[in-house]
Amino acid sequence: MVETITNIYLVGVGGQGILLASEILSEALMLAGHDVKKAEVHGMAQRGGSVVSHVRFGSRVYSPIIPEGEGDILFGFELLETYRHLHFLRPDGRVIVNDLRILPPGVNLGLQEYPDAIAERISEAFADTTIVDAASLATKAGSERAANTVLLGALSRRLELDEAIWRQAITHMVPEKFRELNLRAFELGRAC
Amino acid sequence: MKKELLSGNEAIARGAYEAGVRVASAYPGTPSTEILENIVRYPRIDASWAPNEKVALEVAIGASFGGARALVTMKHVGVNVAADPLFTLSYTGVRGGLVLVTADDPELHSSQNEQDNRHYARAAKLPMFEPADSQEALEMTRLAFEVSERFDTPVMLRTTTRISHSKSVVTVGEPLPELPATSIEKNPPKFVMLPGNARKRHLFVEERMRQLSEWAASQDFNRIEEGKGDIAIITSGVAYNYAREVFPDASILKLGMVHPLPKKLIAEFASRFERVVVIEELDPFIEEQVRAMGIDVCGKDRLPLCGELTPGRIRQALLDGEAPPVAKQAENLPPRPPNMCPGCPHRGVFLALNRLQAYVTGDIGCYTLGFMPPLSAMDTCICMGASIGNAAGLSRVLADEERKKVVAVIGDSTFLHTGVNGLMEMVYNGGAGTVVILDNRITAMTGRQDNPGSGFTLKGEDVPAVDLEQLCRSLGIEHVRVIDPYDLELTRKTLQEEMAREQVSVIITRRPCMLMKRQKVALRPPLHVDPDKCVGCRACLKLGCPAIQWDATAGEKGQARIDSLICVGCAVCEQMCKFEAFGVSHG
Repeated sequence: MVETITNIYLVGVGGQGILLASEILSEALMLAGHDVKKAEVHGMAQRGGSVVSHVRFGSRVYSPIIPEGEGDILFGFELLETYRHLHFLRPDGRVIVNDLRILPPGVNLGLQEYPDAIAERISEAFADTTIVDAASLATKAGSERAANTVLLGALSRRLELDEAIWRQAITHMVPEKFRELNLRAFELGRAC
Repeated sequence: MKKELLSGNEAIARGAYEAGVRVASAYPGTPSTEILENIVRYPRIDASWAPNEKVALEVAIGASFGGARALVTMKHVGVNVAADPLFTLSYTGVRGGLVLVTADDPELHSSQNEQDNRHYARAAKLPMFEPADSQEALEMTRLAFEVSERFDTPVMLRTTTRISHSKSVVTVGEPLPELPATSIEKNPPKFVMLPGNARKRHLFVEERMRQLSEWAASQDFNRIEEGKGDIAIITSGVAYNYAREVFPDASILKLGMVHPLPKKLIAEFASRFERVVVIEELDPFIEEQVRAMGIDVCGKDRLPLCGELTPGRIRQALLDGEAPPVAKQAENLPPRPPNMCPGCPHRGVFLALNRLQAYVTGDIGCYTLGFMPPLSAMDTCICMGASIGNAAGLSRVLADEERKKVVAVIGDSTFLHTGVNGLMEMVYNGGAGTVVILDNRITAMTGRQDNPGSGFTLKGEDVPAVDLEQLCRSLGIEHVRVIDPYDLELTRKTLQEEMAREQVSVIITRRPCMLMKRQKVALRPPLHVDPDKCVGCRACLKLGCPAIQWDATAGEKGQARIDSLICVGCAVCEQMCKFEAFGVSHG
């Protein structure tokens, strides 16, 4: 019998703090009693490159990487990277995407164009798409740097985990002086 | 019991701590680096960065001969550097347990090749464990130390990127309460590998492997998971997880020790099935040995030899047309390759090399990104330390005019790793060449680790730093110049002068890495572009700085803009602009 496993892709740009976000997510899932695996690649990815983190949970997870085309949730920290990885999702998958553009080198050099209307294209392809203006909400919470926690808040509504567990994971993973800020940011994201 | 979410690397560090390791030595290399970075959480372990992997292993050997348990870790290509002591260590065996972790990188996520280091275990005649998740990484690390002492052998533990960098749930164990005692023990027949002694030790090695093979066949780490159907699978490491995912009901022989193979167990298992498939990444290492036993198995006739396996790749290879089609990526999207950071001190050097049309022998580090457009100033890259030797060889065969185009570039850490030998060669054998040491005061690419030139240890202790200028001069180099690579004109002029020289010269471009935390790189205010002055000439774009963005809609021909959130104010772009459009932002 194949057990049900939920597959979440986190995608974005090196330097955005995706690895910390996937740490908090995985910690929360483990605290909730799930078997969890997460996979990513360090090294070159730190230098502004495309970053992908795989998070899987269920009663028993084998492969640390998500089988091709079996993503349940695409959790995007940047528009182009989210669009680039849409094919990782199953046809009825969900998208949560940060409304943010970070220009890749070819676009910076004026050699290529950043595709237009990405948010619309994603929403057309996947009915269950949530676009989050994480920067504004994070600023409202106290600092633009808490954008990732806003996004985690938006994701949390789509996973069946107690809010208390999320708060516990954030408290555990975030340094004390940023804790209140991040908990506020999480609240604002949860309302998305 | 306490459960934690640990990466394979964190689990190995924990396993070493629980096993009572006293000494841990390594040179950083992706995907192995975090093992030593995590071991510093356990103060009783003497953990340190060595100048290179060979020295790291030699340190571990010394500790083992003194009776301590010792761990040495490296990436797969690091074992090539450490192979010399490793092969003879197999003969001497150990005193305190010694475990060498090789972190392989199928798919070349961040490496120059994807060699399969299981061959080393076979070639050096020593046992190799291969964990399939973090729990096994911890347990096998502990077990490896026991096996090392019990069978008088160094033990290899092989991970791959997907084990090293994947996190899974681990139940941690109890550490040995006390470290084993250390002492001097004289035993020349065992530890002095002259021919007379080594011949006898070779006999011991062969007998040891025979006994190990017999013992391993009955251990839990090689296990059969009974399933249904007439297809059976032999697998190990991360591939086991993919096999389980694709064939949830199949019978699987999961090997925890990939050398020596438990031949009897394999023969018994295979005899019960019509079709046996070996699912392994990279080379047919298990498959060929099983075939040599006269057992008909398949695997690499369908599974790829190149790249890592994934559930999808296995499905596609073994399930014929049954695999569901995988959706395609949207086409023609702008790629996002890694890039030098804003304010990276290497950027100006590569711009100058590009302008001077140099033939650049490159090396391994962040600066290998100098290969990327628009800087496009790297022509070779082989391995750690190769740039200077490569330049020396080129200088022997090229006519004078072309020879003067050759410039070797190498980072400070890479220079101390194995580059310094190349420089000795260049001076000793009358070569002529220009060597640039890109001194950013840290081992940057792997995540900013200290090295003998940085003045600090892994544990953050303040120590004497290698004086690169003095070192180069002591090798017999007369022309050693130190410059600030943020000064573009000085960098270009210095390179031009030294490239014209008939003798060996060294240019040290010194500026700390922008990401360094300790030295508190003085952040300067971000620059801005004055739209009244920018004429859209695009000269600044030749730097390829991520902070400079082209706005095609601005001005008459488009204009440059600076992202003030990521600009660190290095002001290199300011020197590119003939129209004085760049300046410090006010307000």
